[in-house]
Amino acid sequence: MNPIIETKELTHIYSRGTPFERVALDSVNFSVNPGEFMGIIGHTGSGKSTLIQHLNGLLKPTDGQVLFDGTDIWGDKHFTRQVRFKVGLVFQYPEYQLFEETVFKDISLGPKNMKLPEEEIRRRVYEAAAFVELPDSVMELSPFELSGGQKRRVAIAGVIAMEPDVLILDEPTAGLDPKGREQILSNIRAYQDARHATVIMVSHSMEEIADSVERLVVIHDAHIAMDGTPREVFAHASELESMGLSVPQVTNVFLRLRKMGLDVDTSVYTTEQAKAALLALKGGRPGC
Amino acid sequence: MLKDITIGQYFPGDTPIHRMDPRTKILNVIFYIIALFSCGGIVGYVLVLAYLIAAVRISRIKLKTILKGVKPLIIIIIFTALLNMFYTPGNELVHFWRLTITDAGLKNAVLMVARIIMLITGTFLLTYTTSPITLTDGLELLLNPLKKLHAPVHELAMMMSIALRFIPTLIEETDKIMSAQKARGADFETGNLIQKAKALIPILVPLFVSAFRRADELATAMECRCYTGGEGRTRLNPLHWQRLDTIGLICGIVLLTGVIVLRQFGL
Ligand SMILES: Nc1ncnc2c1ncn2[C@@H]1O[C@H](COP(=O)(O)OP(=O)(O)OP(=O)(O)O)[C@@H](O)[C@H]1O
Ligand SMILES: [Mg+2]
Repeated sequence: MNPIIETKELTHIYSRGTPFERVALDSVNFSVNPGEFMGIIGHTGSGKSTLIQHLNGLLKPTDGQVLFDGTDIWGDKHFTRQVRFKVGLVFQYPEYQLFEETVFKDISLGPKNMKLPEEEIRRRVYEAAAFVELPDSVMELSPFELSGGQKRRVAIAGVIAMEPDVLILDEPTAGLDPKGREQILSNIRAYQDARHATVIMVSHSMEEIADSVERLVVIHDAHIAMDGTPREVFAHASELESMGLSVPQVTNVFLRLRKMGLDVDTSVYTTEQAKAALLALKGGRPGC
Repeated sequence: MLKDITIGQYFPGDTPIHRMDPRTKILNVIFYIIALFSCGGIVGYVLVLAYLIAAVRISRIKLKTILKGVKPLIIIIIFTALLNMFYTPGNELVHFWRLTITDAGLKNAVLMVARIIMLITGTFLLTYTTSPITLTDGLELLLNPLKKLHAPVHELAMMMSIALRFIPTLIEETDKIMSAQKARGADFETGNLIQKAKALIPILVPLFVSAFRRADELATAMECRCYTGGEGRTRLNPLHWQRLDTIGLICGIVLLTGVIVLRQFGL
């Protein structure tokens, strides 16, 4: 399978030539396969946001290339703009960027910039709103009248309305309550299923990542430190710790159990798996 | 991009100029500007220029950084030069169409450009080597005598330091908002002037909203920490007058006196 997005020796240096020069990405080679749900984790300042802003052509590489479907996205100006519609990016705290008078207008910004016909724009806006479970009653309200979680969902709908093939989200659940988090995660999964889209999600919550993704990339200090299935990555608990990261809580519990002498499988990383493992230990008898 | 704007930016360092008391630096800049505008002839300008170069060398600020600060003002500089060149009466040098360049005009233009660049560079050196907080501290102390006249010196200094503090934040925020708009296909590069101005609205609205939100939060945070104005407020890092400052101040006074004396001789 050909990767849908690929980076080649991607390097990004901020404020080059000033005393504040900072290498945020250093020769990163990385690829995303179509239809994948990929997670990106890394300590604060490791370069996650910088990396994903390259994937839709918002940041220009200092060195190296970013390919979309095998074509260099910076090769042709027209293509760069097309890529921005195909690779939808939801920023960190996107609710601060809402600006239109009504929720409807804000969500329709992307499709409008795509120069779609009026009817199609309406259809997309309402469909996007449905994906993030925004009731029709809020469509004519000002975005500033909504709650934080609702604003976040409006911002996500604004990107979904472009119907991108790749949806990238930078910490989509940061600062939300558990119910709001779960809701947004299930909205994202619903979009992926409906459109067979590729999803890339940056998150600081290991539980969230463990529950959602099929592939996990760890960024540490401008480099890709690990790349594999969550099971493979979470098997390196001590290395993750040294990068300022951790494994999901359940994995920690199982590591402790193992230390206490219980013969358990320490490669579990979701509560479902934990339940299965504990039941297996009890000899497969359900119930307590 | 916007990030390249260096106005009001501070480049930390550990040179005598960085260590100097902000009051010394502010006074020095004032002396320097007066000297620059009192120059009576070429020798005076050379003296002021030498002073500037020495200060830049000591501060170890790169020439490139300094030129970057001048860049946004290039249009004003060119405009001034052209006006001076064509509108100063004197002996005609070149004549074409309805424009004449005179010898006096040419000399004026060159001096004017030199003056503006030296003025900008000199004042930028102050903000490059002084953190905004120390800068306003210094300003407040220098203006302290005005408090007797009930001038709101502390409040002004506080407003200034907050404004300076938030310039980079606002620039960063603008960058972020522009990126978010671009991610949804907004186009800031092409189109005519009206289209470009229209494209700015989606940036300005969230920027203002967030600026007001920030101001509100900042006010609350200050009140929570019992800020009640300048009355009885002490400092974490009180300013100390050092020998370095006496030397710096003497240098400034010598420069100004030198230029004024030279002026008496028409130099
Ligand atoms: N616009 C910028 N100008 C200069 N330096 C920057 C800029 N944006 C980020 N950096 C620096 O680049 C590095 C990587 O930043 P980045 O935002 O990619 O980190 P991150 O992994 O997304 O962190 P977080 O988890 O806190 O969001 C950081 O050290 C940061 O200070
Ligand atoms: Mg980030």
